[in-house]
Amino acid sequence: MNKFINIAAGFLVASATTASAQELPKLTVYTYDSFVSDWGPGPAIKKAFEETCNCELNLIGAGDGAALLSRLQLEGKRTEADIALGLDTNLTARAASTGLFAEHNSELKNLNLPIDWSDDLFIPYDWGYFAFIYDNTKVKNPPKNFEELIMMPDDFKIVIQDPRSSTPGLGLLLWVKEAYPDRAAEIWEGLAPKILTVTAGWSEAYGMFTEGETDMVLSYTTSPAYHIIAENDETKSAANFDEGHYMQIEVAAKLSSSKNPELADKFLQFMTSDGFQSIIPTTNWMYPAVLPTNGLPTGFEKLISPSKSLLIPSNKAQDARSEALSEWLTVLSQ
Amino acid sequence: MAYSTQPIKLKYLIIGGSAFALLLILTLGTVIVLWLNADIKDALSPSDWSIIRFTISQAIISAIISILIAIPTARALYFRNFKGRQVILTIMGAPFILPTIVAILGIIAVWGRSGYISEFISNFNINPLNIYGFTGVVLAHVFFNIPLATRFIVQGWAAIPIEHFRLSAQLGINSSGISQHIEQPMLKSVIPGIFLIIFLLCISSFAVALALGGGPKATTIELAIYQSLRFDFNFAKAAQLGIIQFSLCAILGIMTVMFSKPVQFSSGLDIKIERWDRTHFRYLLFDIFILTFVCLFLFLPLLSIFIRGIIPIFSLPNTVWIAAFNSILVAIVSSIISIGMAISMSGLIVRVSHKFPITSQTIEIVSFLTLAASPFIIGTGLFILLFPYISPFTIALPITALVNAAMALPFALRMILPAMARAEKNYGKLADSLGMTKFSRFRIAIWPRLRRPVGFSAGLAAALSMGDLGVITLFAPADVATLPLVMYRLMSSYQISAASGVALLLVSLSILLFWVFDRGGQLEHNIR
Repeated sequence: MNKFINIAAGFLVASATTASAQELPKLTVYTYDSFVSDWGPGPAIKKAFEETCNCELNLIGAGDGAALLSRLQLEGKRTEADIALGLDTNLTARAASTGLFAEHNSELKNLNLPIDWSDDLFIPYDWGYFAFIYDNTKVKNPPKNFEELIMMPDDFKIVIQDPRSSTPGLGLLLWVKEAYPDRAAEIWEGLAPKILTVTAGWSEAYGMFTEGETDMVLSYTTSPAYHIIAENDETKSAANFDEGHYMQIEVAAKLSSSKNPELADKFLQFMTSDGFQSIIPTTNWMYPAVLPTNGLPTGFEKLISPSKSLLIPSNKAQDARSEALSEWLTVLSQ
Repeated sequence: MAYSTQPIKLKYLIIGGSAFALLLILTLGTVIVLWLNADIKDALSPSDWSIIRFTISQAIISAIISILIAIPTARALYFRNFKGRQVILTIMGAPFILPTIVAILGIIAVWGRSGYISEFISNFNINPLNIYGFTGVVLAHVFFNIPLATRFIVQGWAAIPIEHFRLSAQLGINSSGISQHIEQPMLKSVIPGIFLIIFLLCISSFAVALALGGGPKATTIELAIYQSLRFDFNFAKAAQLGIIQFSLCAILGIMTVMFSKPVQFSSGLDIKIERWDRTHFRYLLFDIFILTFVCLFLFLPLLSIFIRGIIPIFSLPNTVWIAAFNSILVAIVSSIISIGMAISMSGLIVRVSHKFPITSQTIEIVSFLTLAASPFIIGTGLFILLFPYISPFTIALPITALVNAAMALPFALRMILPAMARAEKNYGKLADSLGMTKFSRFRIAIWPRLRRPVGFSAGLAAALSMGDLGVITLFAPADVATLPLVMYRLMSSYQISAASGVALLLVSLSILLFWVFDRGGQLEHNIR
């Protein structure tokens, strides 16, 4: 019986969506899957924006980072998306070269980023450092750098993301490249036997870690905050690497093909406002691009702060990516 | 072999001809599109070569292991009489309609790092198993192909006259003698065909490598095509890989059509055959061992799907039910297209075959075309072809239905063409002499003889389409999905419980669809 109620409800929901779409303007945002999940920022941000915009905000999970960008390229000018949210500085040059994105025309003065920001197309909404997360009750002596990670016992396994599809995966690629410009291939050769699997997206990898399938997973220094704040669990830590940690700045931009450019601008303004930014720390588990008036939530003070932050400027990231990627593919396909 | 004295009418040419044309566009047409788009000048990189090496080597290993296990299994199944033997044989026919992604989930539940086996061996301080990569891909392929290989070899045994065994017993020939004079020659004649079919199935594997591959080290060509389209927006690369995949499959397809014998689902398996040479306790023990092993290997993952899915199936989110609706729709449409194509092609072939005896060759050519142009090649070709004109994402479901229909066509044709030829031969002249024409001729004289094969192949086509996770992954917009895709997305976000519920729903719907169509074909025609 339950089934039929569900099916009926499904149709009702479907028809209700079409009905309201005719009344209110609809803003479609393509983003990554974890952003739209029930525990991600999606639901709260949809609610907050819809209260003010007199519109319907349609958040669609279209794959992580590069997959999101490819998706937009595949759809081209025909895309329904008004906004792409979830690219990072490693991809902005490639994204800009597609010509699919429009200028934002807003002044960005109040940003609290570790670097100066000037970009005509992309607006940052949060940032963080990539890091390997481990369970501190199981791993007593976490590696302090890539060399130590390579020297860990044979059964010590990590899960990483595919740099072709996922922004953390690409981040790790550039992290290794930036920390070891001349020895990156050698480091990857050492890491290869440690890699349990390479997943397409972040969610899959982190899920494997929380299920106990792997000892460490590539994520962010801010990931333990989730366990501390949401689960009251202090057993998850980020391994502090003394080579420094690569930084990620996540950005959004308006598509030039958008049929609702004003609404899209409104969303981008909302994105750097308190209403959006105060949701980020405890849903996307990243540092907000604009510090909310109430500051960071309790628990964030327990996170590690990297001794050195690494970042390849966005205009050089494209070349660094192709070189590092072919190195990575060659080493890992052996 | 004149089936009908009627001249070939234009309408048969048009209907049958357009079915052939559609098939050619889908198979050869898409390959030409790939060829035109491929960056042939661009040499293959080292990682491309390792993808090709991996694709071939995993297929060879999978085929060898499946056959090595299937040989003793088939022997034990064929010669031992025990309760449940028929059940095992029946279930061995099922992997055909078992959705790949469901089997993968079951395999992870048993063999994964937190699966039953890893949990068990952790009691003895053994490290958990790691099935991601080569091992996992081979494991899944072996899982799918043991039943297939076993069925083929059992048919090989069944083709040996029972007198051979009686005579051997009379002459006092021992097991090694029987092995040498009866079993080995039989295996030599059936195994090349089985090897090629399994090899071909594993070469074009996508879902298994997607879910269990685990990175650049375990990427099949089809997965690489998917990655270059979905991640890199690189049509030329996808097309280049597509051409390589087509060439590989084409070579194998030709070999398969040449070497393999048509599968005959013989019903003679109930004849009791004694193997007087295998009464020794040692042999009995071995047979019990191998059957237990194979049954556990095959049924544990299926059982785990049931156990893990039975509770979550009652609390699945609405999106799952919408996807189920999409899947059923796609399956039914794809089944109708497939059967429609098969009947129109058969109609034409039967009519022209008194001038050109081409019946069996046609089946082979059609099989070859669809085997060589794997669903992914067709999908990629259509993708590149349609991209400039229409967003492929908006027509994801129709394209999936069309590709799935093409994939089921060889099976449908193999069932329907001979039945139609027989019906024309036996009743065609009578119908003509009674002055029956057009639809009533088809309805009264031909259709009753086609019902069963049509029902069976429609069920098969629907079930195959239901479980397909291939083309839809290329085209699916984020808010449209089929059931296998929803299941894969749930697995990717590690919602294993919900994924298990979907798995159970998916496998139940596949079986239900198959059953409904198959039963429909068996109903007596007074219920028409």
